[in-house]
This record gives sequence, C-alpha cells and structure tokens, in this order.
Amino acid sequence: METLEQTLARAAVAAPGAQLSVVKNDSPCAQHSLLVDVEHAYAVAKFLRDDPQLRLDYCSNVTGVDFLDAELSEKVKVKKVVDGVEKEVEEVKKTKRAGYLEAVYHLYSMALKHGPVILRQRTPGRADPVKVTSLTPLWRSCEFQEREVFDLYGVLFDGHPDLRRILMWDGFKDYPMRKDYAEPDDYEYEPTPHDEVLEKAKAHLPKAEVKA
Amino acid sequence: MDGTQFMTFHDLAYDAGKTDFQRKAEVIGVGREGELLEVAMGPQHPSTHGVFRMDVVLDGETVVKLKPVFGYLHRNHEKIAENTSYLGSMPYTDRLDYFCSLTNNWAYALAVEKLAGLQVPERAEYIRLITAELTRVLNHTCLAGFLLQDMGALGTPLMYAFREREKILDLFESLTGARMMCNYMRFGGCRCDLPAGWLAEARKVVAEYPKFLDEFDALLSGNEILMARTQGVGKLSAELAINAGITGPMLRASGVDYDLRKVDNYGIYSRYPFRVPLGDHGDVYDRYMIRMLEMRESLKILEPALKDIPEGPVVDPKAKLRGFRPKPGEAYGRIETPKGELGFYLISDGSPNPYRYRVRPPSLINLTILEDMCLGQTVADAVITLGSVDIVLGEVDR
Repeated sequence: METLEQTLARAAVAAPGAQLSVVKNDSPCAQHSLLVDVEHAYAVAKFLRDDPQLRLDYCSNVTGVDFLDAELSEKVKVKKVVDGVEKEVEEVKKTKRAGYLEAVYHLYSMALKHGPVILRQRTPGRADPVKVTSLTPLWRSCEFQEREVFDLYGVLFDGHPDLRRILMWDGFKDYPMRKDYAEPDDYEYEPTPHDEVLEKAKAHLPKAEVKA
Repeated sequence: MDGTQFMTFHDLAYDAGKTDFQRKAEVIGVGREGELLEVAMGPQHPSTHGVFRMDVVLDGETVVKLKPVFGYLHRNHEKIAENTSYLGSMPYTDRLDYFCSLTNNWAYALAVEKLAGLQVPERAEYIRLITAELTRVLNHTCLAGFLLQDMGALGTPLMYAFREREKILDLFESLTGARMMCNYMRFGGCRCDLPAGWLAEARKVVAEYPKFLDEFDALLSGNEILMARTQGVGKLSAELAINAGITGPMLRASGVDYDLRKVDNYGIYSRYPFRVPLGDHGDVYDRYMIRMLEMRESLKILEPALKDIPEGPVVDPKAKLRGFRPKPGEAYGRIETPKGELGFYLISDGSPNPYRYRVRPPSLINLTILEDMCLGQTVADAVITLGSVDIVLGEVDR
C-alpha cells in the first residue's frame, strides 16, 4: 500500500482545491491520518473509495472527538544577551489554540484487504452550529454512526438523510460527550427540586418540563 | 430490494418541516394510511433479544417500513471510560457484549497495546486464542438456539445449546472466577495463569464438542421446516453488505471473504490453518449454516492450540497496571469477535485516562440494513431476520 503522502498527492489532483494535510500520530502503531477541509471532504472521500489502487470500499468506524480551547506550551531556543554574553536560552512559548470538533473515519478495503486510511474533518470552532460533510451517501455504514456523533457531540452532518438523535431521547438538549458537558443532578428523584438542583435542571431541559 | 439502489425510507431527504405522517405518506402513497398498521415491536418484546425496538409499519402482514429505535440500554460507556483509567474500563468492556466478554477484553487490550507498544508473551497469546475461540463456539451455539427459538422451535434447540454453553462457562469460571463477566485480559498479557488441570478439562470439552454439533446438525440443519422457513428470507447482497459495513458471519454469509483473523493476522492465528466458510445467498439459512461451520473451524484451531501451548509468563513484565500512562497518540485496534469487527479507538494525551475512547460495535452497525432486509417480507420473517443478525443490546446501546 502506498504511503499517506502519496495518497494525499493523488487526492489533491483528483479533488482540486481541497486543503489536505497529514496529521502525525506519535504512538508506536503510527496510524497517521489525512485531514481534509469540510467543503472538499465528499470529493476526497469519493476518490478514496473509487480509486482502483485504494478501493476503500469499507468504512469501519466513524467517530467524533472534542478538543477544547487550549494553551499549548512549546520549548523554543532563543538567543539572548545575558550579562553581556550571547547565549542560547530555552524559553517556553505559549500559544492559544481555539477548540474544535473532529469527525474521524477509519477506512479499509475489503477488496484489496488493506487499511486503515484515516480521514478527519475538522470544524473551525466549537460554537454551534458545527458542520461537517456527511459521507453516508458514499458508505451506508456511516448512517448510524454519524447519527451517534450528532447525538453525542452535536456535529451536524450536511447531506445526512436522517439526522436524528439515536441514543439519547428526542427531548434531550445537550451533547453529553463534549468535554465541557455538565451533567444535571438527578432532580427526578427530588420531590420539589430547588436551588442549585433546579438551576442545573433548567439548563438541560425545556422550561415546560421543569416544574418548580 | 436491489443491491445497487439502496432505496429505503431514509433515502428521502429529511425535511424538518414535514410531519412524520407526511413523510410516511410519501413512502406508502397518499390515502393508504388507514390501511396500514403501525406496530412498536419492543422494547419489551421477546423476539427483539433485549430492549431493542422496531417501529414497523404493516400492510396486512407485509412490512412496508421498519425503523430501529435504540438507546434503552444507553449508559454512555464511552464517557465513563474517559473518566476512568485505562485499566478501569477493562471490566466494563465485559458488559458490552455480555456473551463474549473475553473477546471484548481482547479487542480493548489489543488497542491499548497498539497505543503503548506493548508485547504479549507467547503463553498469553495462546491463552487469548484459546479463550477467544471458545467464546466463538459458545456464542454461535447460543445464537443457533435463539434463532430456532425465534422460528418457533420452542425450547428444545435452545436447551441443547445451553447445556453445551454451560460446559464452556464452567471452563471460564475456573479460569477467571466469573462465568460471563470475565475481566481476564490485561495490557500485555492476561491476569493470571491457567489453573491446574484446566487444559485437560478444556481438551475434554473440545473433544466432545463435535458430537454435539453432529447431533445439532442431524436435528436441525437438514430439517425441512427450518429450510422452508429460512431459505430466501432476509436476503442481503454482497455489494450492500460491504457498503453498509456489515462484518462477521453476516458478511461472510453474503459471500464476502473478509475475516480479520486472516486479514489482520493478529495474535497467533497465522500458525493454525483454518477455513473461512462463505455463503452463496446471504439469506437467514446461510447465516445459520455459516455459524455451524465456523464452530467446526474453531474446534480445528482449538485442538492443536491446546496441545502446543508453551510454558512461560502470562504478562509482559514491562507492562504497568497502576500508573499506566501511554504517550500522546492514537490507535485503532480491532479483532474478529463472534459478532463481527469489534474495534476500539483510543486517543491518549499522556494522562492516566484516555482522552477519547470509542467502541466500534459490530451489533449496531450490522443493524444498519435491517430495514432493507425486511421490506416486503412478513412480520414473522422480520423476527428471524433480526435473530440471524445476532445482536446484543449491551453493545448496540453501550
């Protein structure tokens, strides 16, 4: 199987205008992934599925990942004049990274028995609505899994035929797998919810359902 | 049910402005609503194998629409696992597919080993292979019993199946201390060594198993009623099966040669020759027969493996249980469980808890095309089609 860089080069030709990059994975298994912009995700995924060398006809796993706003610290070597002598000093450089949500697809080929090629779509931010492109029209296996990502992460999939909640109930408001999710107190067992419990309950359900 | 056009109810663009009633009218024709009967099968229905619900629309006895409804057993396993240590979710993986806790353990251990780069000692690899194949035999035996139960063969096949299952569960109990919630595998090996005399017991069970399979085959496989009831029912084309991500015996019953034991070569499967049974028609009968044949292949692996197992440690001495912190990175590990491909996707940020922990449940994804398989068939056939998918709700809902 070709390297991910080769795949990237050929995908860039097949889907002109697509912004592609390789996301490195430092773990020993070295499963690197291909990051694609939301607009061209469908075209790139279609190329990956139909290309005779790759033939990634099987989308095994679809999932979401939530990354919060973070402060990244990096050690940088800076030349500084200390006591009149120029020295190389290590400094911690801090950069702020805006949070984002990701949809990750693990693609395999049943015909050629290779894989995985990992495809990622990244949203620009975490503020609703967060949108990515649905790949369900290409792989039916994404149907329930994308619904699950929508249900638990609140990522909207453009072009999904039936985007509804799947595991949580329809009236549920929040997205429980997000990293900043605060669970409500179990107010159902309070005869008359009050104070903090009531406030928390209000944040999670429409007004009609919370009886004070 | 053309394999190339996956036309179902879901293919209509979802329009939030329309009521469910209007959408339904588009599928089944305006003015016919009164002729149709809407039945909620489940969540407390004996044929749905747990708290699974199918919203079925019936025209007479024919299924014209079927919508699976999930979530009755949802406890957000993934969130719980992200709030505990890597080892902390090992016992919880038992509760995914509670028939096959040992293969669940293995899938999770494999993903963590990929993430952290751990090696598994030889003896542990043998124990993993033996327990996983015993689990496969156990699961398929039970499935055959349940499927026949769904078909109306009440009691007899299921009781025969459970009698055999009990023998394997006894083995698991003496090895792990629990019949079903085994919690046995660890990162880089297994929790404890085999107890004295276990191998002899296991050899005995394995040696006697073909006798039961012959008996089961003689009783059922060629049975006229069973064949009339299952052949041509719930057909699934190979093309649709691949596209919909179906895995396991269900995929192979549609004639696709894809078994992760051969494809990924994880563990020590490459040492033992075994065949991958494939179906021709992709109907319920093929799915039943594939499982009967797979059991015999599993026994073929077990027999020499129980003889070859070497002495040695059962866990990588470098593997840490407490304070286990893999370096930042991610890994996707998958194995062939009796129900299909069980995958674990883990992201580590260097802390003791996984940053992202995802289970790829074969049961849920195998249900994607349930509607396609059931449309145009009778409601009784929908029941056995669901039975032949082999789902466990602990895994579907997580």
